[in-house]
Amino acid sequence: MSDSSLENLPKGWKSIPSDLGSDQTAFKGVQWGKSMMWIFLLSDTFIFSCFLISYMKGRASTVVEWPNPSEVFALDFMGVPVPLLLIAIMTFVLITSSGTMALAVKYGYERNKKMCGWFILLTAIGGLTFVGMQAFEWSKLIHEGVRPWENPFGAGQFGSFFFMITGFHGTHVSIGVIFLFIFSRKVFRGDFDTGKRGYFTTMKSDYVAIEILGLYWHFVDLVWVFIFAFFYLW
Amino acid sequence: MTDNIDTNKEKKTTTHKLGIYLWIWGLLFVLSFFSYMVDWYQFQGLLRWTLILIFMFLKAGLIMAFFMHLFWERYTLVNVLLWPMTAIACFVGLMVAEGKYTVFTRFIYFVLGE
Repeated sequence: MSDSSLENLPKGWKSIPSDLGSDQTAFKGVQWGKSMMWIFLLSDTFIFSCFLISYMKGRASTVVEWPNPSEVFALDFMGVPVPLLLIAIMTFVLITSSGTMALAVKYGYERNKKMCGWFILLTAIGGLTFVGMQAFEWSKLIHEGVRPWENPFGAGQFGSFFFMITGFHGTHVSIGVIFLFIFSRKVFRGDFDTGKRGYFTTMKSDYVAIEILGLYWHFVDLVWVFIFAFFYLW
Repeated sequence: MTDNIDTNKEKKTTTHKLGIYLWIWGLLFVLSFFSYMVDWYQFQGLLRWTLILIFMFLKAGLIMAFFMHLFWERYTLVNVLLWPMTAIACFVGLMVAEGKYTVFTRFIYFVLGE
């Protein structure tokens, strides 16, 4: 978010040495909680990258045929197997929840308590739907005999990568859903208007918290974009 | 009442127009639809991989730039976040080479050796 006191500072490439070398706050105009969330997300990016890179290496180096994700993740719709149907719906649900979260952040900054709260709640429901469909996906594959060490479709590594990557992502979604519910309650209660002090932090509540929560939620969506491309489509 | 509005004005941060979010939202839907179509029409080989990567990077870029507000964020933060990704790209490159070597040795010793 822009700030009038930042107008006088250098812009573009010149702003980097001047910001970092100013012996003051490095990320000017960025609330500390927001920069901490960004740094956390960067470290989380490394973790997910390690998973996806090990998946890539595992898939590239196996001499056994890799299971065809298009067939493995097909879903029967009125007797006809539709490739990746559930995964496509999950993708659209997660993008929708990302959109509602973006609107929640916008309405939060406009101090529109009602809209902000409802959009956060909508986001949480979207996330819950996603986790539910993922649980269905897991139980379907487990029922078909997919295990971390073997599966009936091809290379044995498939199961371990699938459960590890989607499981870790699903954990992120679940944690996000919990926080979305907590924050929708806080918004409806008016914590961010009155500046009520937080239970753990004892700091004054501010609508910037909604943007920080939004960053986390968009990141979860971002990771899914990569999982969708590399695991399901490739 | 007027006092209230004034203090609010002072604290108020710039928000972006609703239209921007709806546009990005729509674009993400369209791009997701396209990437699903890649599988639907069973494109194979280089065409498939290129299309998957293009749609993936477009979606990731849109989410980061507009939903996560990086487009409006201070340049220092953007750079601190995006340069480490270059290191990840290098890591990917290394592991592609490593994977090729592993599968080569496996073919030589496991498959041909038997």
